[in-house]
Amino acid sequence: MSTTATTTRYVIEAEVMPKQGVNDPQGDSILSGLRSLGFAETARVRCGKLIRLEVDAESEDDALARATAMCEKLLANPVIEEFEVRAVPGSQTGASR
Amino acid sequence: MSDSVKVGVILFPGGNGDHDALYSLEHDLGYEVRGVDYRETSLDGLDAVVLPGGFSYGDHLRCGAIARFAPVMGSVREMAEAGKPVLGICNGFQVLCEAHLLPGALLRNASLRFHSFDVFVKIEGAPTAWTQDVPVGTVLRLPVAHGEGAYYIDAEGLATLEANGQIVARYCEADGTVSEAANRNGSVAGIAAVCNAGRNVVGLMPHPERATNALIGNDDGRRLLRSLVKTASFA
Repeated sequence: MSTTATTTRYVIEAEVMPKQGVNDPQGDSILSGLRSLGFAETARVRCGKLIRLEVDAESEDDALARATAMCEKLLANPVIEEFEVRAVPGSQTGASR
Repeated sequence: MSDSVKVGVILFPGGNGDHDALYSLEHDLGYEVRGVDYRETSLDGLDAVVLPGGFSYGDHLRCGAIARFAPVMGSVREMAEAGKPVLGICNGFQVLCEAHLLPGALLRNASLRFHSFDVFVKIEGAPTAWTQDVPVGTVLRLPVAHGEGAYYIDAEGLATLEANGQIVARYCEADGTVSEAANRNGSVAGIAAVCNAGRNVVGLMPHPERATNALIGNDDGRRLLRSLVKTASFA
């Protein structure tokens, strides 16, 4: 709405994972589920979340920078989680209105 | 004296422990209470504030992650920084951690199950605004009701808490023995309650406000909440 004609819509994925050393009972539970289904080769499971954002920005770098700020402010809790943001290749949908 | 103490209870959307807290603090403890809507921006005239239990904002994203940005939180922060007593119970504890007014975070229970039963906790550390009427070593029986109650802090943070005496209570057996068996949600070091460095902000997972009347079988929570009589100006 407040975007200018020069912005592009980028699809950004924010992956939020429990930090090393933080207990992840969901991951543990998935691991035991997989093993009981015969996937004995599964060594470890960590379970986080993927947040898909559609961001209007002037460049992919700008979109990633904004998504990083979103993670720092709200989407991840640095006490227990780490995050990574990435642009989905080829996902930008051209100039938005 | 207690009738001169005015306690605010924050009413978040999705709260379910707010009216328990208001009733308990008013009728069982004798404080003057005021329910404070989450959209309010002033806590003027209040001596203390309680962030009650519940599922604020549906617990979406992470427990307390959205509530932390509610309009009222600016004045909660001001009260905390002014040294006034601030108590977070259950979801309120999660909100205070998300707001960085308390160290650490609360994770899913190790069992992945919702816990709804009585636990025993042992009070330790130097007095806080909310526990100074409870001698160190006191064992209290209190109800818990949470799915995300496993307290987490990294090793460095834990060492700081230990050194500063910021661990307010740990899960224990009925006889006061702190054990892994008693630590049913998988909290780091069995921690049930912590305080900030100023000792005026306290967060705990158990619900003292649901145990303040012998008529319902347990009034151990009174021993915590009545400390406020002495601490209206803890700073």
